[in-house]
Amino acid sequence: MNGISLYFKLIRISVASQMQYRASFVIMSMGMALVTVIEFGGIWVLFDRFGSLQQWTLAEVGLFYGIIHCSFALSEALGRGFDIFHRYVQRGDFDRLLLRPRSTVLQVLGQELQLMRFGRLAQAMAILIWASWTVGVQWTVLKFAVLLFAIAGGVLLFIGIMIVQATVSFWTIQGLEFMNSFTHGGTYMAQHPLSIFDGWLRNFFLFVIPLGCVNYFPVLFITGKQDIFGTTPLFQALAPLAGAVFLLVSLYVWRFGLSRYQSTGS
Amino acid sequence: MKAYLSIVRMRFIALLQYRTAAVAGVFTQFFFGFVMVMVIRQFFFSGDAQGAMSLAQAVTYIWLGQAMLGMMPWNGDNEVIAMIRDGNVAYELCRPLNIYTHWYCRLLALRTAPTLLRSLPIFLIAGLLPAGYNLQPPPSPAAFAAWLAAVAGALLLGCALSNIISISTLWTVAGEGMLRMLPALVIFFSGSLVPLPLFPQWAQAIVNFLPFAGLVDIPNQFFVGTLAPAVLPLMLLRQLAWTAVFVLIGAGLLRLATKRVVIQGG
Repeated sequence: MNGISLYFKLIRISVASQMQYRASFVIMSMGMALVTVIEFGGIWVLFDRFGSLQQWTLAEVGLFYGIIHCSFALSEALGRGFDIFHRYVQRGDFDRLLLRPRSTVLQVLGQELQLMRFGRLAQAMAILIWASWTVGVQWTVLKFAVLLFAIAGGVLLFIGIMIVQATVSFWTIQGLEFMNSFTHGGTYMAQHPLSIFDGWLRNFFLFVIPLGCVNYFPVLFITGKQDIFGTTPLFQALAPLAGAVFLLVSLYVWRFGLSRYQSTGS
Repeated sequence: MKAYLSIVRMRFIALLQYRTAAVAGVFTQFFFGFVMVMVIRQFFFSGDAQGAMSLAQAVTYIWLGQAMLGMMPWNGDNEVIAMIRDGNVAYELCRPLNIYTHWYCRLLALRTAPTLLRSLPIFLIAGLLPAGYNLQPPPSPAAFAAWLAAVAGALLLGCALSNIISISTLWTVAGEGMLRMLPALVIFFSGSLVPLPLFPQWAQAIVNFLPFAGLVDIPNQFFVGTLAPAVLPLMLLRQLAWTAVFVLIGAGLLRLATKRVVIQGG
């Protein structure tokens, strides 16, 4: 059995087990959707009070919001194994994975496909559709491809962040909460246009954790809005590649962490 | 009475030990705070707040929200919930203590000790930030005293709400729903996401009536000076009335649950 089909087998098992608790699944998905809907409610409140955010309208901000939450929902569903990886290390369960003749990344990813995250995904897609309809985006095949590319780039980037977080837990499981700044905090940042932030924060989200690349530039490409940084459409369309680069770097970090791993022995 | 006081004291001392988690928490809250402050600044520069509050007040309100985040009742007591899931709650039922009061006392410690550790550094650093980004001191000693009193009211209210979350997990599916849904309502309607004074004019009466305003908004408004210290008695009455409602609901649910409780052996 090759790696890919093994992964899908693991995921099938995970889905089947979650479907045993159907009522839980429905309630948790609805809860996830509610949690995100209120975040958009917060943006709406501010637009209702102030009218605009620099040159941006509520619907335009809805595009940023929709794309980043689609990415975040998918990455939380797919990367759950890395998100709770510190528990495996704490309990010593990770040692079992090490004994199997398969890649650790594949096995951790295959631990769980968290279905309730689809509540967030559905809500994000609804906002995205509403926003693009209100903004009046002239969809072309190319623009739609860039949209999918942006969401995919975001998924890879967030999974990369989760892998770095999991790698930290090889050394310590204390204080992992600070990684929330980059996942939840990053999502909160990226649901607004990058151009409104101060220089240092902007640079951080372009060059350290390139969330701006998977979300800000593609939206400029799709809407054809003027960029304050003066980037070209070609660059804007290709910027989500930064997500893939980040994931590659994080896989190297993971491999390094793995080579230093010492079991707790419990 | 003495037993309950020592529960609070013991939990308090135990929770003060989590210092690494506190450092990580301070970092995360700072990060979130900065992003939120930058967003609110740009909204203020783009439009008119129509006299709801000044930018300096809104920024102070946001930093207060981050500093006091530990008091937010967005989850139950995780140790109690774990006991309910694995059946160890049976031991709790055997103790010669009122179980509602026991859990309430645990929550009092859970909401104060981590907040004490995290809030002081945030107050200090946010106060020293450059003008326009900083937390400003309350306008008068009376405002500060009113804030302290309202924080105590918020603590009592928040613990009553958290206890309902813990208790509702005695019903598996309904509990999961509470665990997911309540946080969304708390974050949105408490003022933790967007200051309540910035909500639309027509919504003011609703958000001020709801219990959630007592958690964040009422104390914060005393601190920034949008509420005069003279209305403190009225606001305290509001917080305590909702606390009484939630205590009655929580205790009622607990009585209902303990009547039909079945502990599985093994």
